Amino acid sequence: MSRKRASAVAAPRLLRRYVPVFAALSDETRLSLVAQLIDGRPRSISQLTEDSRMTRQAITKHLRVLESAGLVRGETAGRECLFELEPEPLEEIRDYLDLVSKQWDKSLARLKKFVEIEG
Amino acid sequence: MKLPIESDRIEKHIELKAPLARVWRALTDHREFGKWFGVNLEGPFVPGQTNRGQITIPGYEHIKMEVIVQKMEPERLFSFTWHPYAIDPKKDYSREPSTLVEFRLEAKGASTLLTVTESGFAKLPAERRLEAFRMNDDGWSEQIKSIEEHVAEKS
Repeated sequence: MSRKRASAVAAPRLLRRYVPVFAALSDETRLSLVAQLIDGRPRSISQLTEDSRMTRQAITKHLRVLESAGLVRGETAGRECLFELEPEPLEEIRDYLDLVSKQWDKSLARLKKFVEIEG
Repeated sequence: MKLPIESDRIEKHIELKAPLARVWRALTDHREFGKWFGVNLEGPFVPGQTNRGQITIPGYEHIKMEVIVQKMEPERLFSFTWHPYAIDPKKDYSREPSTLVEFRLEAKGASTLLTVTESGFAKLPAERRLEAFRMNDDGWSEQIKSIEEHVAEKS
């Protein structure tokens, strides 16, 4: 119950953020970048490029898309730019999918009752 | 934290104390589907064809549901694509990307194991995602209450 209220209060902020997040994640390269950063440790563009078959330029472009969606934060450290994951947008879309998930729970509970009791 | 790649799909498992044939009928007979889902579908489910209906849950009768049936493999797999929370009756959602809903059935003794997956959220255009969220946030808790009351009245 408290969770439901919390999400209602947070709605206007979520609405603004929600749009670019799924779009940013609808790409395999960007998903793999997020997966690499999921442990919370910042990584340089060079480190993130190492594990991929893409150019540094292409990886940078993908990182900028993630950054504009609020999914990563880039900070210049010396000559390198370090990228770090921002977990909040991921948590928000997970909350959204939790809600969809709960709708299915309700529907399936009705299906269960229907086939088991109404025969 | 889970890898975000899992975030584009919802998967549900439920054991139903009813034989495969019974569950299959509840899922694929449009009148039976309508009874538990809460929708008044206009005709039978036919692979490749669109099926429409009005939601019958009190307070939500203005909402239209539209599915395109994908696969019907008897007592095994039933799937359709739809536009989750296509709530504006004046808007045409038919050209927009949709999510895929799959019902997979498996016998377990006299019971049926049902797996439901809904996938493809990340393909939704931005505007629809906003609307889907709004629907969830403002409407769904009320809708659940309506469903519970409706079911209680019937039983």
